[in-house]
Amino acid sequence: MVDIQPANASSASKLTWQRRRIGFSRGWAAFRHNRRGMFGLIVLVAFGVVAVLSPLLVSPDSVDPSSATGTPNSPPTAGYPLGTDSFGRSVLSLLIVGTRVSLTVGLAATVAAVFIGATFGLLSGYYGGTAVDRVLGALIDWFLVIPWLVLAIVMAAILGPTLLNIIIVIAVTSWALTARVVRASTLGVRELPFVERARALGASDRSIITRHVLPNVFPVIFAQAVLTVAVAILSETTLAILGLGDPTSISWGRTIEEAFNGGAMTNGYWWWIVPPGLAVVCVTLAFTLCGYALEEVLDPRLRDR
Amino acid sequence: MTLKYIARKAGWALLTLWFILSVNFFLFRIMPGDPVALLARSQRLSPEALDRQRQLFGLDQPLPQQYLTYLRETFSGNLGVSILSGTDVVSMVASRMWPTILLVGIGTLIAAAVGVLLGMRAGWRRGSGVDNGSMYGSLLLYSTPEGWLGMMLLILFAGALGWFPAGGYSSSGGEGGAGDVASHLALPVLTLALGYVGQFFIVMRASMIDVKSQDYIRLARAKGLTDPAVRRHHAAPNALLPTITLIVLSFGFVLGGAIVIETVFSWPGLGLLTYQAIQTLDYPVLQAVFLLSSAAVIVANLIADIAYGLLDPRIEQI
Repeated sequence: MVDIQPANASSASKLTWQRRRIGFSRGWAAFRHNRRGMFGLIVLVAFGVVAVLSPLLVSPDSVDPSSATGTPNSPPTAGYPLGTDSFGRSVLSLLIVGTRVSLTVGLAATVAAVFIGATFGLLSGYYGGTAVDRVLGALIDWFLVIPWLVLAIVMAAILGPTLLNIIIVIAVTSWALTARVVRASTLGVRELPFVERARALGASDRSIITRHVLPNVFPVIFAQAVLTVAVAILSETTLAILGLGDPTSISWGRTIEEAFNGGAMTNGYWWWIVPPGLAVVCVTLAFTLCGYALEEVLDPRLRDR
Repeated sequence: MTLKYIARKAGWALLTLWFILSVNFFLFRIMPGDPVALLARSQRLSPEALDRQRQLFGLDQPLPQQYLTYLRETFSGNLGVSILSGTDVVSMVASRMWPTILLVGIGTLIAAAVGVLLGMRAGWRRGSGVDNGSMYGSLLLYSTPEGWLGMMLLILFAGALGWFPAGGYSSSGGEGGAGDVASHLALPVLTLALGYVGQFFIVMRASMIDVKSQDYIRLARAKGLTDPAVRRHHAAPNALLPTITLIVLSFGFVLGGAIVIETVFSWPGLGLLTYQAIQTLDYPVLQAVFLLSSAAVIVANLIADIAYGLLDPRIEQI
């Protein structure tokens, strides 16, 4: 253990960051050897590139129902590799634009959900056994019990279908699991000697939580966040299929809903309805594989599962 | 199993129910506009019906008074009237209950049976073909949106192959005998079972792995029992315990799981009712559905807790 001189604050923080960098590169080395995790990561990078480049790949006009140029409901051809929808839009273009929308909704909802979940989990765990923990713990348990889809439907129906509201709805219905995991992890960390040491030196609760507990719980939060993205993307798709998606944006779920209500089922327009669902499956699976791999890096005992 | 344990669990269930009721109350009030403004948004309500709703909710009274009125009305079984049809919400919900129970009941039982059998074998022989195959299979199913899975089954089995009808409860022409309903039920049940089988598999597998390293399993082997006998008579019964809880709990999620599937297959249960309420912004129906589905989970939780306490006496001490 390096003896940190309290007089020299800048070198202390330098040491802290050095320690974190070493921790990170160790974690990355372990992750790299996890084949399923790396497979997931590669898939995610591929979809990420498509999402970032989507404005260059597809012009807004070509996915606008009023200015689409293709023959409606055409099966795959050379010009339209995945065929067209009932407005004559290229399904491939819809898919590319949808990548950006679906990933944005998934990531934004995850950031919000993990922020709520981590805050509640840290507070509940740090004050474990006190009244704060009982109130927050009850709240966490209740949100785990409420059927999330029904709550999401009720909220989305009241708030109205905009992208921001969908993000809010998904965040509110998916933070509880993170809170529970972070709480359990915090309960363990707060018993460790360095927390006791910080308290003996007169550190405030706030500084102990942010400077000592949070950095140690952070890897758990990160793994949980990666798993939450998968849940968020599935939730967005489900809400969109139920007609609660933002009608002005093109997500994968919206494309599935349009295809379903546009007669893709009865007329057998498989090229319209199969690809967006497959995209959801790929991305959800990739996030889940990455999340499991991260959990295994953090807790090698899980490797046997 | 002491009375104290049951009382504690029941007390917790009541507290949870109170929370759900409060969420249900405030959700429809803290949002922009009061419930009547929300009702007006759907633009299907006559002024008289609006007044009736206003009176029913007691919206001219202060908020705490409204809250008490709401609790009293809910406990006396009054959940308001549907905006769309003007009929009593409770009777509307009651008439849609049976198809959902049929669908989710059968689907959950099939998922539990298959999941438990696979999990038992996979956990017993880790790394075997059954284990790896089921593991990847359940991961894949977990990543698949249920609604889309249903659509794929529809395209394949109802569209291309024509083995099953494309939706509904029974054929429009005939009276709709048991066989007719069963053929309409097949695809929705398959979708639901595929969506649920993974969790039963995972829990049973983990439980089996846990049990396998116990001393009494070693003893059974030392007695010279064959491998299948140890698995069937010594390991499996004990490993089943967590799965039983999961089965009870999933019956609580009856409605949540059925909404998308009933929508895709036009199965006329509570899920389809919910979907129709979304389309028409029929808030009293949505409120009732939220209340009912949450209450179902709470009751299922309570039953699971008590069943667990009965089956495993150690639980009580926790």
